[in-house]
Amino acid sequence: MEKDLFRGKLVRLAVEEPLTIGESFSRWARDSEYWRLANSNPVRAVSSKAVKQWVEKEQEDRRGDQFEFSIRTLQEDRLIGDVGLDGVRWNHGNAFVGIAIGEREYWGKGYGTEAMRLILRYAFVELNLQRVSLSVFEYNLRAIRSYEKISFVHEGRQRGVLKRDGRRYDLVYMGILREEWLSQNE
Amino acid sequence: MNGNLFRGELVRLTAEEPELLGKSFSSWDRNSEFRRLLDDEPPCLWSAKKIQSWFEKDIQEMNERSFQFLIRTLQDERLIGFIGLWDVEWSHGDAEVGIGIGDSESWGKGYGTDAMRVILRYGFSELNLQRITLGVFDYNARAIRSYEKAGFTHEGRVRKAIFRDGSRADIVYMGILREEWHVLNNEQLED
Amino acid sequence: MKISEPLFVAQDICLAPIDHEKDAEIEARWTHDAEYLRLLSLEPALPQSAAQLKKRYEQIEKDQDEKKNLFYFTVRMRADDRLIGFARLYWIEWSNAGGFVQLGIGDPNDRRHGYGTQTLRLLLRYAFDELNLYRLTAVIPEYNPVALRLFSKAGFVEEVRRRKALNRDGRRWDLVDLGLLHEEWDARQASSR
Repeated sequence: MEKDLFRGKLVRLAVEEPLTIGESFSRWARDSEYWRLANSNPVRAVSSKAVKQWVEKEQEDRRGDQFEFSIRTLQEDRLIGDVGLDGVRWNHGNAFVGIAIGEREYWGKGYGTEAMRLILRYAFVELNLQRVSLSVFEYNLRAIRSYEKISFVHEGRQRGVLKRDGRRYDLVYMGILREEWLSQNE
Repeated sequence: MNGNLFRGELVRLTAEEPELLGKSFSSWDRNSEFRRLLDDEPPCLWSAKKIQSWFEKDIQEMNERSFQFLIRTLQDERLIGFIGLWDVEWSHGDAEVGIGIGDSESWGKGYGTDAMRVILRYGFSELNLQRITLGVFDYNARAIRSYEKAGFTHEGRVRKAIFRDGSRADIVYMGILREEWHVLNNEQLED
Repeated sequence: MKISEPLFVAQDICLAPIDHEKDAEIEARWTHDAEYLRLLSLEPALPQSAAQLKKRYEQIEKDQDEKKNLFYFTVRMRADDRLIGFARLYWIEWSNAGGFVQLGIGDPNDRRHGYGTQTLRLLLRYAFDELNLYRLTAVIPEYNPVALRLFSKAGFVEEVRRRKALNRDGRRWDLVDLGLLHEEWDARQASSR
């Protein structure tokens, strides 16, 4: 039995008190680059109180089709982002994964990639899913490279879905099948 | 004293039951031209039930800044549309007028112009307003002509405010002042 | 401006409001046909009662009123206002001017008459000429070739194929996203004049 389901070498997956997330998230949201890499809806300033209330409600309404975690570094136990599965379709065994690293200094250092590895393991080994999908903006090159490294396969793009700074961008779709993940992780 | 405040030459202004209004509006809305001449919001096909619930809510809220009427023809009592004064600013004596003839068979027959005369009389001699405003899309030529006939003056345009069928249109603002209406009607009002 | 060209009326069918009295029973019958449900939805097929559907209609109008990212229509025969299906533009993202489109004809006897084509044409005009959207997406399982053909004929292009995303009847199926851009729709309108 896998004992360390939530733990990797650099990070661990956790669940936070609503106030903790509130404070971090509202700070991260002030970095518009962070926001625009992760979200298709317009950037806006959010108070930590608003986020806290939203998280409280989410935790109360805990739905059976989503699994959200925060990402903490093992070394300093620092809260650096979040990762999760949602849109779980149990009858088909599929789900969407999403990740965002809010603390800039942890970009491009492998923390995100490891968090993704952990959530995929959770999806395939604990939830017994058959495939995991993700979508990512075409201008988020760092993320796309990270997903390719974990063996996500490109499955197509929705053209011109996003409009920012006067230009249109595609939404790239990638997916990984259970058999593909198993053969990578034997 | 004028007892015929709600009566014109072709139409009269009435109040109606929410259930009838729900059915009528839901049916009129299915003509997209009606909604696109009247409203800048994308036309939605609300059910009779939903529309009825909004009218019931209006009754409960008893808004003292709006005066809504329905329009019936005098000849055959047909319910053809609505007219009203909204957003009354009592301290300034100003209000916005809006009219919609939902029954397209009744377009171009003078009903709208007649209803407008009745509501102007209501606004100036019952509510004692100083001016009445309206906004109309520049592609609604029939309405603009009707408002000019009723005595409204062009006051301005909000340029390219409307985007439909691939092209842009202006919202035209028109207004009529109390003194202009007086002259038009040769009315002697007590002050 | 084509203000006098009706948004809601086609040759044989029209887009119409929900009739809370009449529609629930008819739609409840459709949901007892598992094929109908499976062609449209990824959720486990489950028939609905008229009472459940009435609640659903209220929720639809509530969402339409409050969220402003949904435009829901019933599809009816012009001749007798008979309910034959539904059509919707949903998950609209205004800042990006994009949204999703779906339609369904409930009774198999009403299919294959071109009503789907007429409905889709009205939906596309509404999306592009009234809502001014930039693009539309349709999400269709690979086992629904009729829908795939309907949307392809209207100019939609396959953009994403989520491999083996569905599991039904003991085998896996792809889920396909088709997309259509406003300029592509414009070009097709221009060339068909």
